[in-house]
Amino acid sequence: MKITVKVNGVAYTHEVEPRISLTHYLREILDLTGTHIGCDTSGCGACTVTMDGKAVKSCTILAVQADGSDITTIEGMANGNEMHPIQAAFKEHHGLQCGFCTPGMVMTAADILKNNPNPTEEEVRHGLEGNFCRCTGYHNIVKSIRHAAEQINS
Amino acid sequence: MEKFIGKSVKRREDARFLKGAGKYTDDIKLPKMTQSAFVRSPYAHAKILSVDISEAEKAEGVVAVFTAQDGCGEYGVPCGWQVDFKNGETMREPQHPLLAKEKIRHLGEAVAIVIAESLELARDAAELVEVEYEELPAVTDPKKAMEEGAPLVHDQWPDNAAFDWCIGNDRADVEAALATAHHVTEVEYHNQRLAPNAMEPRSYIADYDVNADKWTLYTSTQNPHLIRLLLCAFALGIPEHKVRVVSYDVGGGFGSKIYHYTEEALLTWASKEIGRPIKWTSDRSEAFLTDAHGRDHVVHSRMGFDKDGKIVAHLTDEFCGLGAYLSTFAPAVPTYLHGTLFQGVYTTPLIHLNVTAPFTHTVAVDAYRGAGRPEATYLLERIISKGAQEMNMDPTEIRLKNFIPPFDGVEQPGYQTQVALQYDSGNYHGVLKRGLEMLGYEDFRKEQKEARENGRLLGVGFSTYIEGCGIAPSAVVGALGARAGLYEVGQVRVQPTGKVSVYTGAHSHGQGHETVFAQFVADKLGIPMDDVEIEHGDTEQVAFGMGTYGSRSLAVGGSAIVKSIEKILEKGAKIAAHKLEAAEGDLEYAEGKWTVKGTDKSVSFGDVSLTAYVPHDYPEGLEPGLDFSSFYDPTNFTYPFGTHIAVVEVDPDTGKVDLKRFVACDDVGNVMNPMIVDGQIQGGVAQGVGQALLEEVVYDEGGQMITGSYMDYAMPRADDLPMIETDRTVTPCPHNPLGVKGAGEAGAIGSTPAVVNAVVDALAHLGVTDLQMPLTPQRVWKAMQN
Repeated sequence: MKITVKVNGVAYTHEVEPRISLTHYLREILDLTGTHIGCDTSGCGACTVTMDGKAVKSCTILAVQADGSDITTIEGMANGNEMHPIQAAFKEHHGLQCGFCTPGMVMTAADILKNNPNPTEEEVRHGLEGNFCRCTGYHNIVKSIRHAAEQINS
Repeated sequence: MEKFIGKSVKRREDARFLKGAGKYTDDIKLPKMTQSAFVRSPYAHAKILSVDISEAEKAEGVVAVFTAQDGCGEYGVPCGWQVDFKNGETMREPQHPLLAKEKIRHLGEAVAIVIAESLELARDAAELVEVEYEELPAVTDPKKAMEEGAPLVHDQWPDNAAFDWCIGNDRADVEAALATAHHVTEVEYHNQRLAPNAMEPRSYIADYDVNADKWTLYTSTQNPHLIRLLLCAFALGIPEHKVRVVSYDVGGGFGSKIYHYTEEALLTWASKEIGRPIKWTSDRSEAFLTDAHGRDHVVHSRMGFDKDGKIVAHLTDEFCGLGAYLSTFAPAVPTYLHGTLFQGVYTTPLIHLNVTAPFTHTVAVDAYRGAGRPEATYLLERIISKGAQEMNMDPTEIRLKNFIPPFDGVEQPGYQTQVALQYDSGNYHGVLKRGLEMLGYEDFRKEQKEARENGRLLGVGFSTYIEGCGIAPSAVVGALGARAGLYEVGQVRVQPTGKVSVYTGAHSHGQGHETVFAQFVADKLGIPMDDVEIEHGDTEQVAFGMGTYGSRSLAVGGSAIVKSIEKILEKGAKIAAHKLEAAEGDLEYAEGKWTVKGTDKSVSFGDVSLTAYVPHDYPEGLEPGLDFSSFYDPTNFTYPFGTHIAVVEVDPDTGKVDLKRFVACDDVGNVMNPMIVDGQIQGGVAQGVGQALLEEVVYDEGGQMITGSYMDYAMPRADDLPMIETDRTVTPCPHNPLGVKGAGEAGAIGSTPAVVNAVVDALAHLGVTDLQMPLTPQRVWKAMQN
């Protein structure tokens, strides 16, 4: 099937197999390997991207379902070498270790802050429920997101 | 010159990870690369009656299908540690074939590999492989595996034991002391099986270059050189110098990526057969079925106390499951990495541990964050708290009564345990005192009393742990059955311009070596951190290495680099003396330059570096160049310790445990980067809390896994955890040049019993004295009703 998708501001048209996931499309066809596959069953959140401004787990969206949509992946967050405030906050507060869950965490954080620009610790933790991190114990991820909120609001 | 040791320098690694530009194995695409899928057994124990690959071979896009009939390595993957039976019988060591030939011994064991032009086509064709099985009864519980008549995992031996083993004092002496003890506390439980769950699933690409007759294996491993050695010398018997193993970014390991897995060897073999690169990336279901698991100890233990609460003896019997085959480090985990910690931080005079280690029809059990030490710590810290509860003592008082007095390993000697090891340095009182201050213990007990009066169930739990890491002195581990040395390699190559490339055999999969190692290298050389680059993860770049596990990177790998720096400065001083026309003994090195003492005559590190590579005016007889490699073999393990304290509230209606606070005061020796040490502790604590409250791999009686997805295996989520309150005391390691002990596993080792002790404390007035992990609401609620 033919799909047209805007990814990180660039429009792409591709012929794709109906069974491939959006993750697969991003990684294998667009070479955007920043979106990771941690479970392929929407359990871990490593594949989170935003689709029309809303965080989605790209492993459980078919590429054909994304036809006509506007996708942002981790590669679309920084402005050249200037990191997005969420990315900068993750670095400042050691919100990542191995880095594998990080793209999903950053994209989920963007969604949390879009809907709630000044979340409490509890609200951040609740918002991260669908994203697993095995390295950080979430401590510094929570700190990073709350710090990013401050930066964005200031 | 700015100094970096002890500062929370932000990580160099982060930019690439945060921009989605990390290079994990699955991100790599090679020209002409094929994809693969495995045909795996749906049974835990079965005879393979037939394998029909004819339809799969004909399927669209299929390049090749291989089964065990195709001669893919007769030896299989090896085990790296030998623990013989107490009676002298050699460890029973089955072959671990790359593909199962006649028999299936665990769920998910691979029968065939299908290689195709795309992943979808490989998976489609794998569905067409017809395997006929005869299902056989299975045994998955380590204790049941040793019962009369249990199904045998390997038919060539009369029972399922791989070995048995004991450590400590004479059993009869320990039993006699227990018989006359004032009080004996007993525990019986299963330290449950866990799945490590690194977020990056295992991923491999094997690439055979027919023209060069060389292999490259890209692999998500914690130890590329070890994989190359095991692959070349054992699994495939191919020449080591023609094999390059590369592991760039690795998405977490926690032990599960130490081992040489069958898929690594099989892909390497098959790549030569088809003359093209092959990729395989595990999906999460395969990860649950085939990544080595952790723990799985069935424990029965008794601890005897005198009337004052002093421990007089400790006797333990354990059945420790090994799975169907012996994974790389498996025999070491329930023995030398476990029994040697049974002294804990206590002066227990008599200790005996007896281990029976059977095969079971499950995937292999090997080291998982802490590897044997979390199991030892859980036992010690649970049984001493239970003892205190039974004797109406405060859990901190009983610990204080039994603590080994402080010793620094310099003025006071190391502490000789009853279980072989000698601790390096420790101050167990100090971490408990600081932990209690952080908690506000007296106030907590008042709050708890008031809460109880209002029907709320609050509890506090303690764990005053010790662990042994920085593995390991080669001669010691060799005597204990290791088939490899456990030194580390560090090369420091000063470039002609004075910039420094460091090559380490340690491997970072989240630990931040690129930052931390550069911090101390810059300080030791007195040069800017920006002038230092750390390289790892490629056997073609790094001379050799044993990799990262056992919290060893800084203590062993860092020390190797320090040794090379010493050699650089020693040679540099000769060049500097020549340039300054002074005697070497008159020079001092500081701030990146050699100065003639008492004068302003000096020469910089950069000038000396250039001279070493442009040796026109040069000391006679001295070789040009400034590049040294060192092997550092530690003289002892290191022994971090700490106090972990959990505060919980139990919902009286549902039994759900809410972890309200977690206080961790750890002593990991000197600290290079506090931010990173805190991060390691926080992450480790989360894994330990996961074991206490949430996680368990469950196999049913027939060997089917009923926790094979994230719907069924309860991983800790952000809202299961509070902020982790961390602090430290510093007792330097006396035997390595950085004075460091290691911080990677401490969090996971110390935390689990603190949480369980807290829940028992919350329910103590209801008569609850013990609970089986994980503390699910159902289990807790049931205990409250009894």
